[in-house]
Amino acid sequence: MKGRCLEFRIIMPRIRRELYTKDICACSIFGAMNRDGERFNGAGVMKAIANMHVRGNGLGGGFAAYGIYPEYEDYYAIHLMFTGKSLQDKLSAKKELDAFLCQRFDVVYDEEIPHGDESTVSDPPLVWRYFALPNKKGDDALLTDEDYVVSIVMWVNTRIENAYIFSSGKNMGCFKGVGYPEEIGEYFMLDRLYRAYTWTVHGRFPTNTQAWWGGAHPFSLLDTTIVHNGEISSYGTNRWYLEMYGYACTLQTDTEVIAYAADLLMRKQMLPIEIVAKILAPPIWNAIDRMNEAEKKLLTTLRMVYGPLLMNGPFAIIIGQTGKMIGLTDRIRLRPLTAATRGEMFYLSSEEASIRLISPQLDRVWTPNGGEPVVSELNSMRKVLQ
Amino acid sequence: MCKTVPLDPEPDTSSAGDRADVAEIDATDLQTKELNDRLREMMLSGIKKVNIRNVCGQRYIGTRLYTPQHLIMDIEIFGTPGNDLAAFLFGHKITVHGNAQDGVGNTMDAGEVVVFGRAGDILGFSMRGGEIYVRDNCGYRTALHMKEYNEKRPVLVIGGRAQDFLGEYMAGGIVIVLDLQGLTHQSNFIGTGMHGGVIYLRGSVESTQVGNQVAVSPLDESDRAVLDHYVSRFLERFPEVGTKKDEILNHSFVRLTPKSKRPYNKLYTY
Amino acid sequence: MKSFVFPEFQIIRDEEKCGQCRGCERQCAFGTHTYDPVADRLISDEYKCVGCQRCVVFCPKDAIVVRPSPSYYRPNASWSREKLEDLKKQAETGGVILTGSGNDKPFCIYWDHIVLNASQVTNPSIDPLREPMELRTFLGAKPDQMDISLKDGEVKINTKLSPNIMVETPILFSAMSYGAISYNAFRSLAMAARKSGTFFNTGEGGLPKEMRNEFGKYAIAQVASGRYGIDAEYLNCAAAIEIKVGQGAKPGIGGHLPGEKVSAIVAQTRMIPQGTDAISPAPHHDIYSIEDLSMLITALKEATNYEKPISVKIAAVHNFAAIASGIVRAGADIIAIDGLRGGTGAAPKVIRDNVGIPIELAISSLDRRLRGEGIRNRCSIIAAGGVRCSSDVIKAIALGADAVYIGSAALIAMGCTLCQKCYTDKCNWGICTQDPRLSGRLNVDIASQRLSNLIAAWSHEIAEMLGGMGINALESLRGNRDHLRGVGLHEWELDVLGIKGAGE
Repeated sequence: MKGRCLEFRIIMPRIRRELYTKDICACSIFGAMNRDGERFNGAGVMKAIANMHVRGNGLGGGFAAYGIYPEYEDYYAIHLMFTGKSLQDKLSAKKELDAFLCQRFDVVYDEEIPHGDESTVSDPPLVWRYFALPNKKGDDALLTDEDYVVSIVMWVNTRIENAYIFSSGKNMGCFKGVGYPEEIGEYFMLDRLYRAYTWTVHGRFPTNTQAWWGGAHPFSLLDTTIVHNGEISSYGTNRWYLEMYGYACTLQTDTEVIAYAADLLMRKQMLPIEIVAKILAPPIWNAIDRMNEAEKKLLTTLRMVYGPLLMNGPFAIIIGQTGKMIGLTDRIRLRPLTAATRGEMFYLSSEEASIRLISPQLDRVWTPNGGEPVVSELNSMRKVLQ
Repeated sequence: MCKTVPLDPEPDTSSAGDRADVAEIDATDLQTKELNDRLREMMLSGIKKVNIRNVCGQRYIGTRLYTPQHLIMDIEIFGTPGNDLAAFLFGHKITVHGNAQDGVGNTMDAGEVVVFGRAGDILGFSMRGGEIYVRDNCGYRTALHMKEYNEKRPVLVIGGRAQDFLGEYMAGGIVIVLDLQGLTHQSNFIGTGMHGGVIYLRGSVESTQVGNQVAVSPLDESDRAVLDHYVSRFLERFPEVGTKKDEILNHSFVRLTPKSKRPYNKLYTY
Repeated sequence: MKSFVFPEFQIIRDEEKCGQCRGCERQCAFGTHTYDPVADRLISDEYKCVGCQRCVVFCPKDAIVVRPSPSYYRPNASWSREKLEDLKKQAETGGVILTGSGNDKPFCIYWDHIVLNASQVTNPSIDPLREPMELRTFLGAKPDQMDISLKDGEVKINTKLSPNIMVETPILFSAMSYGAISYNAFRSLAMAARKSGTFFNTGEGGLPKEMRNEFGKYAIAQVASGRYGIDAEYLNCAAAIEIKVGQGAKPGIGGHLPGEKVSAIVAQTRMIPQGTDAISPAPHHDIYSIEDLSMLITALKEATNYEKPISVKIAAVHNFAAIASGIVRAGADIIAIDGLRGGTGAAPKVIRDNVGIPIELAISSLDRRLRGEGIRNRCSIIAAGGVRCSSDVIKAIALGADAVYIGSAALIAMGCTLCQKCYTDKCNWGICTQDPRLSGRLNVDIASQRLSNLIAAWSHEIAEMLGGMGINALESLRGNRDHLRGVGLHEWELDVLGIKGAGE
């Protein structure tokens, strides 16, 4: 991986002066999970996010859904978008990508992601999905499947022009684009074609008028997806640290660093979410100094070692993973997040009203403290029943 | 509670000059602006009391109701109102049968808000007058920069507990947090930057929970009179809470007040 | 031989105000002012004046003005007065021109070409007076990842951690040896470091025995090429050890403490005979190549039972980033880089003014190099050399440093006016002299209070600027170039610094 890290450095012209344009966005987020693993369609969450319509400005929306490809559950479902001014650009990008991908993966099935009328959205790219297994050759055989897929994603996103992998997990997928989230949901027919046990949604209000389809949330890597409300003022520092570990921050949005930090800490370093939350949103030193010896030592060590991954600035995020949904806000709770439960359903939302819209009765409603994660897991972690 | 099916057929709410006893609005599928349009029309046509049903996230309810003649309405909301409920409120009464969200009473000037549930963040932000009663808990930054002038003094009473930064830069007014469930106050950074007003907390707090500018002291006679008055009013509004006034008042309270009007005067050099 | 050189300073005494108190005569160790009893007035010998302003500040009547003499030569853009007169001095003596303090030449000051960000609308700025603002930072090596196991609610840290030192604010006192500065000044730095939650650096002169118990844990003990004052107790009483390979004021050459300044106590602390010149050779004579440095670093770790971080101080010169990378791989926990403007007690003027590169470019270049190699976590970077105010500190951190060292700034806090005559042992402010008559003028309590005040004021300003950027913890600013923009810089300078131009 380290070797690849250096290669990226040469290719990306912006790196010479480390120039990047950071999109800032204010938004709405929503998540719904059925802890029994029962799958439901996207209609409810589309309605919920539409209720928070005013928090967005129509320049981005997206969904992550878990458990949607049970027939292909052992294959990586790679979602690609091919951008470019003309259809020709998109097709030539696809051609290049196809050639590249087929050498490195065994693709069992691929197709255009079904969608509605293109005139309902602005300038849509060509969106395709591939169900594939890694075909590791040479030195790559030493990598785990997951590291291999990550390296392919980084490669494609930095080297193949007009091609972006925006979803790369198993039995899950992201759907996103430029438009209000409910419009994107309609476009990809999420209420009709898919049933998932976890949905997370995002509606965007970017302050950069040049919105592009890849810039919408969720951001994902393998099966980790992030939807994010807020702005990360420590983006430069977080990015600087993650690039050393081989993550190329190409998608021009600060949310990317959260996705990569989650991948690094949770998947590669296998740290539990309680610890990861304390890295991303640690308590204040005054509070740490007053804790008992063991806690103080742990938190001091975490802040000392992982200081560059502290996410500063206001944020509320929902992290989706296979079998889990996690909500987290920044350490002084500058962004809202409401959590609620009703039977086996678990909800997270920027505003309570959206939850009430789809579930008028709730067992418990609360706003978690800043820096404290709210974790919802499948009751078993068994395979989802069809 | 918020339902997706309207309760009753909408009664006749138009006819200017016709004083219906209680008007009804069904907010299902209404955008914020549409709802507030209707509310204002009703007020201008002389209606004094309105029930709004199926409220789900509509914002700024009660804000657009200022008139130079100071017309006043009594509004009952069924459902979950959106952010900035009663923002800039000018003397009306609003009751919420459900939970409220963020920004309740934002820069509220006069009137009364009663919430049969919890409230979100920045409750009573920059509040300048009037009263707010919340039965359950509230979120972060409650009563931030609340202010008062002479007799115009806002009051906020919370039946549950508040989260961090309660009373941040408070400049006036009265905040009472009752913690009726007896779970102890967990908030930190209470009163940082406080330079006016008073916070009464039922129970106790550690000195580490409270900002440097805040003095913690026991109650005196005038404090007890104030508490008696507002706790009575709280119980009038929430009789279902079940606790008797004496039980509430006999518990120990602490009073938080600013140590100085100029907490930062040694900071700068010339 | 008659000297052809003019006096540098002009002394103007207002005879009406002057009360002939002879205070100026007592204050000036250079013998500039003398009292003429016959005429009942003070006479000044301008040739002796170094412009330290001591007499001006302490004149009870404010009767004296000391200002640079206007140049008497025909104006010449190439042959400035300084160049002319230095040449004449050399013709007269055949010697190397010596000077003190840091580079005073008009090289580009990059701090003044970098501007900072503030948050608005999309991200709230944070008010440091009311919300927590954290400047605490840790200096030393960090592991690339942690192995933590969570079992039955109990957390166990399995990774072995390298030793780190914790500072409450990212400003440390730079290396100024006891010998170069007076005992009182040295002690003031130690007291202020203790009070402000930071560290001071002993410099080449060691740590006097009587200070070890009280101040050892606030000290970074320097091991320089002359190995002065180094015993196992010295190494073990300190919080960290620093191997001095070079310094910004005189890269590549050694140090020279003239015999005048080697008093009895200096001699005792450094363990050399009194009155001898204390020469620190240019290289460490046991480090002729990088693997030798690795050996010394490990030796020091052994000597301190692996309990203290080891720092290596180098001057910022042309290819220093590659050298620094090697030093990190050799096992250093902290790299201290000293730039073009670094100060000194004595250095040849031609070296001080011409050798080295500006620290701003150095920080950026080093940070990028270490990240490019994936080893940035293995060390902390402390930057030194011309840090003048809190905005310089913030900019240094945003460019990639973990903390800064202040040398000249600390001396100025104690009274120094940068007259550049530190090597004469006649410092009228009592700071860099061993003459007890002079060093006694520096009151330790007052001087250490002044230093603490400086750190407190700068720390508060840093908190305000951080809050303005929407950041409430220092670790979120480190290397965060997004919050910097350049003004009036060339493209290549923006590239080296790694920042965009303002408006880009």
